[in-house]
Amino acid sequence: MAENHPVGFQWVMKAKERGAKIIHVDPRFTRTSAVADIHAAIRPGTDIAFLGGLIRFILENGRHFPEYVLNYTNAAMIVNDGFQDTEDLDGLFSGWDKDKAEYNLDAWKLASGGRDLTLQDPKCVFQILKRHYQRYTPEMVYEVCGIPPEKFLLIAETLCANSGRERTSAFCYAVGWTHHLTGAQIIRAASIVQTLLGNIGRPGGGILALRGHASIQGSTDIPTLFNLFPGYLAMPRAKQDTDFEAYCKNEIGETGWWGEGKKYLVSMLKAWYGEKATAENGWAFDYIPRLTGDHSHMTSVVNMIDRTVKGYFVVGENPTVGSPHGAMQREGLRNLEWLVVRDLAMIETAEFWKVSPEHARGEVRTADIATEVFFFPAAAHTEKEGSFTNTQRLLQWRHKAIEPPGDARSELHFFFHLGKRLRELYAGSTDPKDRALLDLTWDYPTEGRYEDPSAEAVLKEINGFTIADGRAVKGFTDLKEDGSTACGCWIYSGVYAHSENQAARRKPASQQDWVAAEWGWAWPTNRRILYNRASADPEGKPWSERKKVVWWDEDKLKWTGFDVPDFIETLPPSHRPAPGAKGKETISGIDPFIMQPDGKAWLFSPKGMLEGPLPVHYEALESVVRNALYGQQCNPVRIDYDRAQNPMHRPYDDQRFPYLLTTYRLTEHHTAGGMSRWLSWLSELQPEMFCEVSVDLAAEKGLRNGDWATIVTARAAIEARVLVTERIVPLRIGKRTFQQIGLPYHWGSSGLVRGDSANELSALAADPNVSIMNSKAHTANIEPGRVAWRLRPKPNGNRLPGVGLRDLPSVGQNRPEGKHHVITSRDKQGDQT
Amino acid sequence: MPKGFFTDTSICIGCKACEVACKQWNQLPEDGFFFSGMSYDNTMQLDASTWRHVSFIERPVALSGQDAGAFSWLMSSDVCKHCQRAGCLENCPTGAIIRTEFDTVYVQPDICNGCGYCVVGCPFGVINRREEDGRAWKCTLCYDRLTDGMTPACAKACPTASIQFGELEDLHRDAHARVERLQAAGVKEAYLYGVDKDNQPGTEGLNAFFLLLDQPEVYNLPPDPVVPTKKAAESWRAMFYTALGAAAVAMAAVIATRGERAR
Repeated sequence: MAENHPVGFQWVMKAKERGAKIIHVDPRFTRTSAVADIHAAIRPGTDIAFLGGLIRFILENGRHFPEYVLNYTNAAMIVNDGFQDTEDLDGLFSGWDKDKAEYNLDAWKLASGGRDLTLQDPKCVFQILKRHYQRYTPEMVYEVCGIPPEKFLLIAETLCANSGRERTSAFCYAVGWTHHLTGAQIIRAASIVQTLLGNIGRPGGGILALRGHASIQGSTDIPTLFNLFPGYLAMPRAKQDTDFEAYCKNEIGETGWWGEGKKYLVSMLKAWYGEKATAENGWAFDYIPRLTGDHSHMTSVVNMIDRTVKGYFVVGENPTVGSPHGAMQREGLRNLEWLVVRDLAMIETAEFWKVSPEHARGEVRTADIATEVFFFPAAAHTEKEGSFTNTQRLLQWRHKAIEPPGDARSELHFFFHLGKRLRELYAGSTDPKDRALLDLTWDYPTEGRYEDPSAEAVLKEINGFTIADGRAVKGFTDLKEDGSTACGCWIYSGVYAHSENQAARRKPASQQDWVAAEWGWAWPTNRRILYNRASADPEGKPWSERKKVVWWDEDKLKWTGFDVPDFIETLPPSHRPAPGAKGKETISGIDPFIMQPDGKAWLFSPKGMLEGPLPVHYEALESVVRNALYGQQCNPVRIDYDRAQNPMHRPYDDQRFPYLLTTYRLTEHHTAGGMSRWLSWLSELQPEMFCEVSVDLAAEKGLRNGDWATIVTARAAIEARVLVTERIVPLRIGKRTFQQIGLPYHWGSSGLVRGDSANELSALAADPNVSIMNSKAHTANIEPGRVAWRLRPKPNGNRLPGVGLRDLPSVGQNRPEGKHHVITSRDKQGDQT
Repeated sequence: MPKGFFTDTSICIGCKACEVACKQWNQLPEDGFFFSGMSYDNTMQLDASTWRHVSFIERPVALSGQDAGAFSWLMSSDVCKHCQRAGCLENCPTGAIIRTEFDTVYVQPDICNGCGYCVVGCPFGVINRREEDGRAWKCTLCYDRLTDGMTPACAKACPTASIQFGELEDLHRDAHARVERLQAAGVKEAYLYGVDKDNQPGTEGLNAFFLLLDQPEVYNLPPDPVVPTKKAAESWRAMFYTALGAAAVAMAAVIATRGERAR
């Protein structure tokens, strides 16, 4: 966290100053470890074994929060009779269809209405959970993760001692947890730990996703994802969601808060299509394209290679550096008809047609590439206005400080004017399919000489308004399903309440209470702690004075507190729904998790996850060892891309690739480098691609600090400078010791500082739930020296430019004589970034 | 009122925001793209164009209170110390280096003639000449920001308040309290470096002082820095006696040889 989120980490340091213990579990010793109380080096990709170990520790030692677990989770629910656990089927759950290689998703259902409040029934969730993790002992954690039992027990004890009525603990994670074939299940495992300990919906608790860039949370809420509408409504699917009614039936739940979904969908369509969306035409729902398949990033790359995807927009990303398997990424781009790149600088993805490893090796010639590339310079965050949404769902408005230079424009400007031009192109068309474009409300007011659309006008549309008078609604409870309201994203409704930009509020902390409700605006309804009904006991009283946030006010007969209560305001704790109730009427007074169909936190997930109701430790796609827990080695429903360009190592024990390899970021650079490798002040701080190895591995392979090393997988070989360090340690796994190679992934072939990209090495494979890449747990080999093809003379007899020049005279402990890069005053002016 | 920095290395997370903020505000050039192979430190030292520098020290020694094996990683943001007895200032023959109204030491670039006497006068090796223009440069403690009532760029950018800026008196009080708190929490190795005259007689105290967790040498700081000019009186005295002695020897030699010649 200190490494990649140093600004957010100031609060962790403040907490430490006030006595908080910081536990850091990470394969390498980072800047976070440097100031943590406990650091445990874990083998990449074994997080479920570690978290499963914590779950077992909590359950075996009775360290869970009993009242919380009984009332607020599905622990008491009885699972259907036919359910079989991975303990019974050696790593698979019941419902596995061998031929289809997928699960029957109905196999894990709960028996309807069955509950055992004593939690003793062997078929209840609590007992199934206990049995599922019974073999995740400290010794097993040692064998799988490489964390010694004493250290594991210290962590488990510290966490449990800091949880309960009086105290809470928080988990922070980033892509070190998500970039796995089991990424979504790792987060599930952490949710189970936190739910058992009663750390959800309470101050100081929770699971905080430290997103990869600013406002990634925002781009999930109002998504850049192919399968979601704004506000987490599902994208319609081609075969089943044939019309508005069918969509509502299939995709909008009937119980819990999602029962309100129809209001949000109608309001969203009214925001998009205005008066053209009517009750008669199903609110113009048929203008919306339907999903016909998987359009995730990696699948799209494969489709680009196969020429079924012909055009591509790349906005604020650098996939040839940041996404897995650089060679396949570039092959996809080479097979496109057109490509649009919007970025601050000429990133590798925009220059794939002239600079790439394939060009350097003489495999590809620019003249043979037909892709038409359009590069648009982008405005930086200081050069445009809009909002950032952070991990706490907090929207913070930023104003434009300066005009963007030259032709650089904001994304808002680009897409607004692109839409305008498209509509001009199609104006007058009588083809019904063009109505979707021509009927859009596309009329944001513009300002300034470049006709920038007003970001506040967009925010107001997102917030929602009543169509009759155009006044901003106060929140999503004002939205209607009769077409009288419009709202771009229901969860953001309220951000422009009272026609004021609530996200732009900046009242200092010193002038308000600790919740600081008047700084920015958090969705939903400015609530700072989600599910905060869980901070009070079933009777509605705070679990403890120290950790109180919201409670039931007996006199006023409503929920009240420091934060906005995340509950139906007047629903008393004693309320129980009538049989046959529908929609939000199904919520009882002790159902804090109102977005769940049953109002409870799911320890056991009867639906929603593709690889099973409980997280299971599977080894990575390419591992050094067999799965110590089950016969099933790897996630059985992972997405594989079985293609000639994407060769795999053996699942375990591949003697060609005996080392563990993980990739990561450094403080000094930003992800794929588009925002940092073009700035001298950041580039000088980490000027070259390097690999981090332990002292032992360096000795074993003859790697010298500052010299070159070549790192090899079945996909590629890359070179990097060697950094020998005690921060990387060998891990003892079972009876063997494994060496790790650490690779930052920031560099590429363009920019002020260049180097090979770590993601050249990774394979195309994905988590089945969310299509995320696997970039953290690999196997590889390492040898001293540069990549062979760089040392080979090219066909014309000349060595490649630059070879030899960058080699240092000695090991490189001292700065060599003279300047490597002298800045003249003119350069310096260009550098005032 | 005397102003200064208190750099508390115990909460430094090595993000280098101070280095970048300093370079941006002061429009300093980069220092070369050079992979040092020394932990995460690639700017290596304070220099004419690097006025804040973060050191990264990998030690095979555990830090008190930390459970991470026999290892720790120390980080510390170094800067010009703005000494009470400033060697650079006292060596400067042109008057380019002055003590400001904030009690900081400032090089006036329009007066500096690049003689380089200040470079050898600094016991910390802070001040240096830039190759391109020959003049000597170092941290100004953001003199231009201070005159507008602003916090220096590095302290403003520091996310963990490892770099604290303020009135020297307040910083002294906070620093002593911080050491006491750390000591009480079991971090016995915490101490202040250069906080005042008693602490560091050779410089008579630093306006930019530090809280360290190991010996100064570990951070590339001198354990007992002495400003050369502080020894000026002693040097002159020594020179006087040397000259006197030499003269006496010469006289004696003359007298002796005279005697011999007379004989």
